[in-house]
Amino acid sequence: MSIEVRSIRKTFGKYTALDNVSLTVEDGCLTALLGPSGSGKTTLLRVIAGLEQADAGSGPILFHQEDVAKTSVGERRVGFVFQHYALFRHMTVFDNVAFGLKVRPRKVRPSREEIREKVHAMLSLVQLEYLSGRYPAQLSGGQRQRVALARALVIEPRVLLLDEPFGALDAKVRRDLRRWLRRLHDEIHLTSIFVTHDQEEALEVADRVVIMDKGRIVQEGSPDEVYDNPKNPFVYEFLGNVNLFHSRVEKGMAHFHGLRVESPQHETAKGEGGRAYVRPQDFEISREPLGESSFQATVQHIYRLGATVRLELAREGEYLTIEVELTNDEFRARGISKGDKVYLRPRRVRVFTDQEMDDSYTSSQL
Amino acid sequence: MADTTNLSRAGAVPAHGDSPLVRRTLIAVALGFLGLFLILPLVLIFSQALAEGVRVYFDAIREPDSLAAIRLTLVTAAIVVPVNTVFGVAAAWAIAKFEFKGKSFLITIIDMPFAISPVVVGLIFVLMFGATGWLGPHLAEYGIHLLFTPAAIVIVTLFGTMPFVARELIPLMQAQGTQEEQSALTLGASGWQTFYHITLPNVKWGLLYGVILCNARAMGEFGSVYVVSGRIRGETNTMPLHVEVLYNDYMITAAFAVASLLALLALVTLAAKSIVEWKIARDMRLASAAAGEAPAPDGESAP
Repeated sequence: MSIEVRSIRKTFGKYTALDNVSLTVEDGCLTALLGPSGSGKTTLLRVIAGLEQADAGSGPILFHQEDVAKTSVGERRVGFVFQHYALFRHMTVFDNVAFGLKVRPRKVRPSREEIREKVHAMLSLVQLEYLSGRYPAQLSGGQRQRVALARALVIEPRVLLLDEPFGALDAKVRRDLRRWLRRLHDEIHLTSIFVTHDQEEALEVADRVVIMDKGRIVQEGSPDEVYDNPKNPFVYEFLGNVNLFHSRVEKGMAHFHGLRVESPQHETAKGEGGRAYVRPQDFEISREPLGESSFQATVQHIYRLGATVRLELAREGEYLTIEVELTNDEFRARGISKGDKVYLRPRRVRVFTDQEMDDSYTSSQL
Repeated sequence: MADTTNLSRAGAVPAHGDSPLVRRTLIAVALGFLGLFLILPLVLIFSQALAEGVRVYFDAIREPDSLAAIRLTLVTAAIVVPVNTVFGVAAAWAIAKFEFKGKSFLITIIDMPFAISPVVVGLIFVLMFGATGWLGPHLAEYGIHLLFTPAAIVIVTLFGTMPFVARELIPLMQAQGTQEEQSALTLGASGWQTFYHITLPNVKWGLLYGVILCNARAMGEFGSVYVVSGRIRGETNTMPLHVEVLYNDYMITAAFAVASLLALLALVTLAAKSIVEWKIARDMRLASAAAGEAPAPDGESAP
């Protein structure tokens, strides 16, 4: 079941939550809506579910080419998983999952026996059959999340919508649960959209990532596409740590820290100001000069993060710290310690001119 | 280690630091006050009521005017409590679950009956429906006379007890939010199913609490009823009014007999109230346990 929304607007009083948003989600695809808080991602999800009405004049909301914009939440048959689970606290796990079947009109309601079978099948899918008699208060966060998922899936929804599904869980649980969700999705192939503000989560789990900012879709694509080719500085900064260097861009070259770096897309630039971005892991580091395109810096701090090591460096006479990340092995091979003077050479640089920076905040879609 | 030290010292110096003398004095003052102002009058009511024996007591209650007063009180409560329950649930539902203009005004106005003296409520009623009131003459043209009838008693009691259920439910429903209802809607439940299966069970103890208070007040209402009833014996006398009439007639034993029924109602109300309060506290504990720690051990890690 594909999902398509066209030119959706949603305002709350003077605040514009969604500004002319259009989005297509392919059948069977797991899509992440990624953005900072206030970017409109949850509002978009709720508009698709029917929990929120788009403003008058908005385009259609199509489920498999059929416009559902005028239908009620119940009629849309969406599975919706709320951020804080929203389990029915006075019902057992079994009754929670059975609810969607029990409230059906008599004609289409399965028999008591069928309901029992379906609920147990669903509970075994989420591996919680042994807890069917418990109340939500007696479950852990991860278990509650899976009950919420089972409850949403038992009604055989046409699409599955998840609002920050792992937001309230601790780090280890959320990692395990999101991988489990990915495997579950591969099993049932239900068209799904989940909202998250965690770029790592989106890049790891989703087939496609839709990045939102200030009520607009900024970029969409596969995780690799958006990570490797961020369309604008916002996406670049949002998708991971960055080092920012103010630079001058001229004739396809960016100049900063006495370096000359190629920036082919700025062939016609005539000495404009700009920003050069380098991700911490995109530096080569050495005790010896690395040719013309390297600069010297002093190691100020060393943070060991398990598998990787993060260095904070500064150039002579500058306060700006430069972050560099390397693997443990690399770090040991270089024999670097605090206070050392080393040479850095950026392997990959992304340059945006000031003009492009302004554009990215004014144009509606890039 | 700190625990054991505290324990061993607990016998000598209590943890809160007050000496036993201060503590005992405080408790004695509190209990003495309670006894003097609450228990003693209650004992007095029952001892006065039974002063001339059980037979006289029951005769006083079985007397036709007393029975009529009891009946009128019960009928009034039977009308007022359900109506105000429905109103209270509807108002609380609207206020807690929806955003609309004039919401804060509605919250304020619900409290009005508590702010106005009951006597004033009665007088307002007379001003509206009396023979020279605003609406009275118009209704009289259709042969409807409200003042000095049981209908008047029901109406002023309705007004006076309106806030109980709504006030109990509004904070409860607001605290619970709308996520469970939204969840039910996405699962295909209708509005009514959502209300009946989700909202109502979540507020049932709060609702019962409100109903109990509403009932107690409906049966005990005096001031406003005094003004509008006309105190016609056997017709428009409720139990509280009847107590007053008997007392003024120097029928002390009979007055106390009827009063003892009202006192009994108070005792039953208190008992019911504390049971419900206990249930609410238990639900709150469960809810906070749900939000806080997770008792169930198991692999968070789904394989």
